[in-house]
Parts: sequence; structure tokens; C-alpha cells
Amino acid sequence: MQSVVFPNKILPYALVAPQIVLTVVFFFWPASQALYQSMMREDPFGLQSSFVGLANFSNILADENYLHALRVTVVFSLATALLSMGIALLLATAADTVVRGKGFYRTMMIIPYAVAPAVAGMLWLFMFNPAMGTFAYILRRNGIPWDPLLNGDQAMSLVVVAAAWKQISYNFLFFVAGLQAIPKSLLEAAAIDGARGARRFWTIVFPLLAPTTFFLLVINTVYAFFDTFGIIHSVTGGGPAKATETLVYKVYNDGFVNLNLGSSAAQSVVLMVIVIALTAFQFRFVERRVHYG
Amino acid sequence: MATIELKDVRKVYGGNIDAIKGVSLDIADGEMIVLVGPSGCGKSTLLRMVAGLEGISGGDVVINGKRVNDLEPAERDIAMVFQNYALYPHMTVKQNLAYGLKNRGTPKDEIERRITEAARALEIEAFLARKPRQLSGGQRQRVAMGRAIVRKPAAFLFDEPLSNLDAKLRVQMRVEIRRLQQSLATTSIYVTHDQMEAMTLADRLVVLNAGCIEQVGTPIELYEKPATTFVATFIGSPSMNLMTLGDGIGWTGPDGAGLPPDATIIGIRPEDIVIADGSLIGGFCTRVQVIAVELVGAESYVHGAAENGSIIVCRVPGRSIIGIGETLDLAAMPDRFHLFDRDGKRV
Repeated sequence: MQSVVFPNKILPYALVAPQIVLTVVFFFWPASQALYQSMMREDPFGLQSSFVGLANFSNILADENYLHALRVTVVFSLATALLSMGIALLLATAADTVVRGKGFYRTMMIIPYAVAPAVAGMLWLFMFNPAMGTFAYILRRNGIPWDPLLNGDQAMSLVVVAAAWKQISYNFLFFVAGLQAIPKSLLEAAAIDGARGARRFWTIVFPLLAPTTFFLLVINTVYAFFDTFGIIHSVTGGGPAKATETLVYKVYNDGFVNLNLGSSAAQSVVLMVIVIALTAFQFRFVERRVHYG
Repeated sequence: MATIELKDVRKVYGGNIDAIKGVSLDIADGEMIVLVGPSGCGKSTLLRMVAGLEGISGGDVVINGKRVNDLEPAERDIAMVFQNYALYPHMTVKQNLAYGLKNRGTPKDEIERRITEAARALEIEAFLARKPRQLSGGQRQRVAMGRAIVRKPAAFLFDEPLSNLDAKLRVQMRVEIRRLQQSLATTSIYVTHDQMEAMTLADRLVVLNAGCIEQVGTPIELYEKPATTFVATFIGSPSMNLMTLGDGIGWTGPDGAGLPPDATIIGIRPEDIVIADGSLIGGFCTRVQVIAVELVGAESYVHGAAENGSIIVCRVPGRSIIGIGETLDLAAMPDRFHLFDRDGKRV
């Protein structure tokens, strides 16, 4: 780090003040509130709370429902990340071979990213709602007993598809950039070396995309963990029978619906630890490791 | 082992931009052909058309008697060495060498044997387990060569392989490429813009200019009998002095009149010009004022401005003590003249 000396003593502080204020008001204050709350227990009427130390934490870690939510989150996140990245990669490789209307094609691909999560959720809900969804109707007519309101696996696939769909644009952009960054001469060398089609993709292109892929894996996992509340809330509401209740959704459900503030706060503290760990992991590995000289 | 024939090969970009305007060339088995020319003359495009990386707009490329226009690069049995080496960064040196063989289904022990052989020839045995980023420029260049050699292709194609190396290493690798090519006796096409590289490597040189062949011949032929003024100035350093006859540059002596009637341009190489001491009997002589002296060690280049303003360069052995601003009489014998007509063709 380089130490810089400013001639004016006050101006630098004034310039960083807005950012500091924002961070304090929207991060440090609520985070400290969560930490404080996570060690308190409310009485049933919300009139007073008492200090219980780490009891909330030991409770949630021993709670079968919490562990279930953790499993659901892992399955949901991995499925979402892999599905959206897989499709995005497929589209990006296809976009690479498009000759005409490249700009138009790419612009169209990016639009879903501008759709709000709740709206994206509603979109998929309308299409696949067992009562009125067009696709639900088609599925049932073709002999598939489609009912995400009762079948947990179907509900899960529906939220995964909705969540993945929204993220495809973002992944697509990065994969397109990643593909363009591969030197053309490497592909030519591979062509002369007799590698074509799928073989060339898996032995040359895919390994060279590894930095992009790894970066996106972390980003998508974080997205699926923390940014999918709107989709789950609008599509399944965590149901049926908690089959799509992720950790974030459980925080909301326990805290704001069931008003178990202590437990909810403890859960959000655990989530905070996970975010910090993922971010540290990303900085450590994405920034340094997976790069080719 | 192969012959390569180019039959009126053409390349047209975007329907109207002629990059290659009909190139025909026969390359004998085991021959080292160097394509040389200024940037944008189409030499790389021509090479890439032989490799199959660039489509052919007209004419035929024939390798070993077989028309390969419509074959994939991999099916043409050629190996290419790229300017930026194009080594696969995620593979070790050994995997880089093995990749092309693996794709062709060569048996494992055969791959192993060929890699050992090539690694020994190129002295890269010590780096086989390393990744390309852990190698220096020269070592990467060797690996790139190795990747071409292990395949035992019908022909090597080199696309300015040395231009990313420093001057010293370039000379060293140049010698090595030549030695290797001769010992393997593999037909090769080598593209460069460096005329020094071209002169030293080539069995035959092909000088390209604006998509056309200017001249084909051995380096010495091109040096001694350039067919056009373009070749005359392109080959040789410092380049040949070209002067228009009757342009105010003086002739002394009786021999001046004996030139062919259609000769309008006279070319004289810097080493053929001497500083006249007054006793020169005939030929070319002009008075110049020295404007620059370049000392390059074993010899010096004296740049002089003639009375009509044209610059004449003359090579002087050793370190010249001629000072800037001095007046000199430069002279050359008629048997050293290169004469060209109005269109720059040799007379």
C-alpha cells in the first residue's frame, strides 16, 4: 500500500463520508442489531427479551428443520448454479459462431437480467401454475402428473428453473467475454493438431475458460444462496412442506412470520459468516489461483 | 516428405479486396522456402491458406500431388509454428507435444518414444513437466518447434516464429531451425519480414509485394540479380541506391554512354561504391556532401547528399573518420550496376 498525504485535512474525510454513512446505516447497524438479537430471547408477547448467550445458535444447529433448510439450500444452489451456467455456456458457444446479428442476439440474451426476481418468479408461476399455467396444462395432457403445490421435487425444479433463468444472462456475458479472450491461434493450433468439435471444446476451450467458470460458480452460489428470496416467495412460498425453504427464506419465515426473532437473528448471523467465508474464498482463489500466464 | 504446389492461388476478402492475386509456386521435397515481404504483402495469408486456416478463393493448393483445398487443417498433414507459439497454457510441455499425436490415435509407447526423441533434439528434456508460463521465450519457441516435429508431418509451416525473441536469441534459433530442417529434410515454408532471416534460412526465397510474387530464386540470385527495383531495395542492408539516369547525377569517363537504351534507373549496392581518389577511369561518379555516418563496428555507412538532393549510401570498411559536412567523390564500376527500366523491371 502506498501512503498518500493530502494537503487538505478535512476534504478527504468529507469525500468518503457518504460511503461510510451508507455502510454504517445499512450494514454495521443492522449487522450489530442481528448479533445483539441473536443472543436474546423474546417472551411470547414481545414485551421483554432476556439474554440467553449462545443458546439460539445451539438450538438452530440442533434443529432438524434448520438442517433440512441447509440441505435444501445446498441442493437448490448447486442445481441453480450448474443449470444456469450450463445453459449460458451452451448459448455463449453458440453466440460465438453467429455471424449476422451478433449484437441483436446478445442484447436479447441480456434482457432477463433486468427482470426483478419477484416478477421472474411470477412469470414462471403463471406458466407452470397447476390451475392456470399453460405449460402445466400441456404437461398434464401429456401424461405427466404436474403439481408443484403438492410434489416437493417438482416445486424445487420450478424454483431452480426460475432462479437459473434469471442468472443465465449474467453468466452468458461472462462466458462470451471468456471465449473471446481465448487467443485465436490456440484454436488454430488445436485445429492443426486434429482436435475438432466436442474434443476441442473439452480439451482446449473448457480448460481455458476455467477462471471464468470458477468465478461464475462462486457468484452463482452466492446468488442462489442470498438473492433468490423473491423468486421462492412468489413461486412456492417455501412449500410444499418446506421442500423449497432455503436458509434465507427460513430467516424471513421464522423472524417476520413466526416472530421468533432470536432464532431468526442467529440464523442470519450464520448466513453472514457464510457470506464472509465465500467472499474470502473468492478473493483468495479466484483472484490468484485459477489464472494461466 | 512432400512437394507443395500452388497453382494460381487467389484470396479475395469481402468480394473485392484482393489479398493474393494469383500466386504459383512449385516447392520441391525437402526444400526450405522463405516467403518474405513487407507487412501487408499477403505472406502470412498465403501460408495460412496452405495450412487450411484461411479459405482459398481461387486456384489450387496441392500437397504431395493431392489437392487439399477442401481438406481440414488436420487432414493436410502439416504442422505450423505460430508467432506467439500458441502453446496450450493449461498443459505441461509434454502434454503439449503429445496432444496432436493423441488426437490421431497414436499408440502410447510410440508417443512416448517420439517425445523423447524430439525433446533430445531440441534440448527441452528438462522442461517436459513444466507449464509454458514457466518457460522463457526461447524455451517456448523450442517447445513450439517440438510440437511440430513430433508429428512427423509432410511439411512445416513457420509463421514469423522468431519475431518475439530478442536479437541474440533470434540468431541462435535461426541457425538451429536451419540445422533441424536440414537434418529432418522436411519441406518447409517460412514466413518472415526480416530479410536477414530470409537470406540465411532459405533454399529459395520468394519475395512478395502486394499479393504478387516479385521474384523467386536462391538468396544469392536475388541479391545479385534482383528482377525489380522492389526486390533490389528489399534485399540487402543498407538497401541498394537507386538513381534515375539523367537526373543531374554526373557521369564521368567514356563508359557512361554504353548503357542499354531503355535503362532509366540505375541501382548500385552500398558496398559497390567506393570513395574516388581521382584515378578512377570510367563509370559512375558523383560529388556528395556527407550528411550522416553510421558506425556499426566492422564497417561504416556514409550517407551523402548529391547535388540534385538524392541520398547515396556507401559502405566503408572499418571505423570511418569521415566527418559530417565533408565533400566526397563517390564512384562505382559499370559491371556493378543494376539497371532497370521505367517500370522498375531489370534490363
